[in-house]
Amino acid sequence: MPYPACMEESKRKVEETRPKRLEKGPVDRMPAEERDALVPKFHPDFIKDQFRELRIGLNKGGSAPLEIADLLEGNSRIDPDRIDLDEIDHDVDVLVIGCGGAGGAASLLAEENGASVLISSKLRLGDANTIGAQAGTQACDRPNDSPAIHYLDIMGGGHYVNVPELAEALAKDSPDVIKWLEKLGVNWDKEPDNSYHELSGGGASRRRMHSCRDYTGLEEMRVIRDEIKQRNWHKRNIDWLEFEPAIELLMDDKGQVAGAILMNLETRQMSIVRAKAVVIATGGMGRTHIQGFPTTNHYGATADGLVLAYRVGCPLVHMDTMQYHPTGAAFPPQILGFLVTEKVRTLGAEVVNCDGEQFVHPLEARDTEASAEIRECKERGKGVTTPTGEEGLWLDSPMIDIKRGEGTILRELPAMVRQFSRFNIDIRKEPMLVYPTLHYQNGGIVIKVDASTPVPGLFAAGEVEGGVHGTNRLIGNSTLDLFVFGRRAGRAAAKWAKEVNLGKLTLDHVRKWQREINEAGLEEMPVSPMLLPNYARQERPVPGFQPLGQVSSYTPFGDRAVRWL
Amino acid sequence: MAEVAEKVRMVDIYIMGKRYQVPEGLTIMTALEYCGYNFIRGCGCREGFCGACATIYNFINDPTIRYGLACQTVVEQNMVITQIPFFPAAEALYDVEDLEPEEGENKLAELYPDILTCFGCNNCTKTCPQDLEVMEFVSDAIRGDYEKVYEKSFDCLLCGLCAARCPQGLQPYNIALAARRLRGAHLAPKSQHNLDRIEEIEGGKFNAELDKLKRMAKDELRELYAKREIEPAL
Repeated sequence: MPYPACMEESKRKVEETRPKRLEKGPVDRMPAEERDALVPKFHPDFIKDQFRELRIGLNKGGSAPLEIADLLEGNSRIDPDRIDLDEIDHDVDVLVIGCGGAGGAASLLAEENGASVLISSKLRLGDANTIGAQAGTQACDRPNDSPAIHYLDIMGGGHYVNVPELAEALAKDSPDVIKWLEKLGVNWDKEPDNSYHELSGGGASRRRMHSCRDYTGLEEMRVIRDEIKQRNWHKRNIDWLEFEPAIELLMDDKGQVAGAILMNLETRQMSIVRAKAVVIATGGMGRTHIQGFPTTNHYGATADGLVLAYRVGCPLVHMDTMQYHPTGAAFPPQILGFLVTEKVRTLGAEVVNCDGEQFVHPLEARDTEASAEIRECKERGKGVTTPTGEEGLWLDSPMIDIKRGEGTILRELPAMVRQFSRFNIDIRKEPMLVYPTLHYQNGGIVIKVDASTPVPGLFAAGEVEGGVHGTNRLIGNSTLDLFVFGRRAGRAAAKWAKEVNLGKLTLDHVRKWQREINEAGLEEMPVSPMLLPNYARQERPVPGFQPLGQVSSYTPFGDRAVRWL
Repeated sequence: MAEVAEKVRMVDIYIMGKRYQVPEGLTIMTALEYCGYNFIRGCGCREGFCGACATIYNFINDPTIRYGLACQTVVEQNMVITQIPFFPAAEALYDVEDLEPEEGENKLAELYPDILTCFGCNNCTKTCPQDLEVMEFVSDAIRGDYEKVYEKSFDCLLCGLCAARCPQGLQPYNIALAARRLRGAHLAPKSQHNLDRIEEIEGGKFNAELDKLKRMAKDELRELYAKREIEPAL
């Protein structure tokens, strides 16, 4: 009996209503008008006092979450006057900053297209949000599907503010991405007739989600990482530095991006990379814990790429929209905010309230689904309260085995079964308690279809770029984005590197940035990029001794569970 | 505050032999942070998917070594903990394109000839934080049964603990990685509908329709979206 007594009664109601719900099927999808009214009222993106206007940089006057605004307006970690740019440690064609799916794909394609490639990875090679992506990758390759139908889903999900050409590229490249990954050795789930096993997803009008059990991102990442290593060992022109993130970009005197300054996190030594092209693929921002939300993101998701790009004069788009995944774990406290894959709903589980009633179709787009959950708890008072004070709703997973046959959950969701069984909850027999959790940055660096940014020599791919998904990304389009724009960035960066003539290296953009900070009176802003969160409890620090990361006000220990502070 | 604090039961843990007291219920990872450690290595996705936080532990009065992921394992009284954030394990050199096996050919034994020295001690299986049948898939690899290796090793996080404890110096997780890449690239049946769609896209079949959609006014697009047919989830 893993659920505490105070939750048992509500859990029983879920069991009692289950046969009837199975018989009736899901409630209707939400009409457009209701969705348009619901999201602004309940989605965290619309809580005005959690945002502020940017005071410097190209997006001056634009809005960003408080946590992101502080980083974007942050002070540089370096003093340009004390760095000698004549001492170059690495001289390459393409520097790729970040090595999840997008950075990995960009590196492979840049190398294939004749460039010498160096990867800067903040953690281990491949430690990225990609690896935690569970549900799958969308690709419009079934006969009743098409890039046009996929395009319409992308635009509708994103509230029609997506850049049309980027959404088109995402849909059009998708079947080839699946083929490319398979050629590298990714094992996609298949049907007995050899076609891909494809499931539906929130906001998708066709079944087009390709999966590798519920370890899709892990499978993609371990193959890409291995391919990078194998090419290096074959003496091909690709290399990487682990635990060595970029702390500032370099430019030349012609206004082109020309490399970066890296810092070894363990030894605190710097290295200077001169590169003819730079690809930023640093992923998202979950570890900034916007509005105090827990997150599904990996340890290094601290918005570094946004900061680096913004400082060289690159504009950002849709920075005021974040994605809150509708099903983060709300119990037990040890896994608070962890991802419960949308595939659970795709397979047939419904979200229900404390009385076991359905209140939203399980496959609405994510902003809609999350908003409906928040409404159910905050306005209607139909949430379930845990012993540690969290609120949540039931995700009725046992429905899956009833609908699709015993063994489906174990076969399709081994990671979820394992995750919860570690805390003595059997999701084949019992529902999970869930609540929205900070998941994804919808917006980001402005790019064109070749993943180039408005700043010459700078490219961006993956979660760090914006415009592809408008203000709301759909399931399975993120891992797709990584490979669509990662590959495009790799090709374009290699091409650019062949043609460009670099001038003299300079850090004048950092000097100019610091002047702007001073003129705006922002000297008190933190230093950025953030690099890592600092969750270490500061009980009795040595006065004046600077820790590496910014001390996080968020505690990942379930702070309401363990009130020691 | 003090009143609440009294309700929290504290447990003794030993981080690399040094004693600390932490609240009951924390994972090993959050317990280390509670004690003031700020991770650089040994911490990745924090959700049990990346294998960065492989950890070995036993208890003051129970010397049996146990294995887990720091982000997924809850601390217990008298736990003695050390992390293995990296372990030097060799990997065979190959090009995935060249891995296609001839009938009856065992590519895995060619890449990793040492697997034949496995004497079945089963240490690898005992170490696996994912509870995979590691020794079984090593046996499958010895027999060249790629399909079985793929099935049994699929949930592997490449944390490296199996290699750390193998007395023969084998690298089960790397052997399985090669087997899976080989299978995915060469043995998995091809999906013709995907290849057909790629050809259609390259032939420009959808360009006119996409151009029309791209130029469409928001209201019109919105109407089309609301009316679109939604295939049942299956």
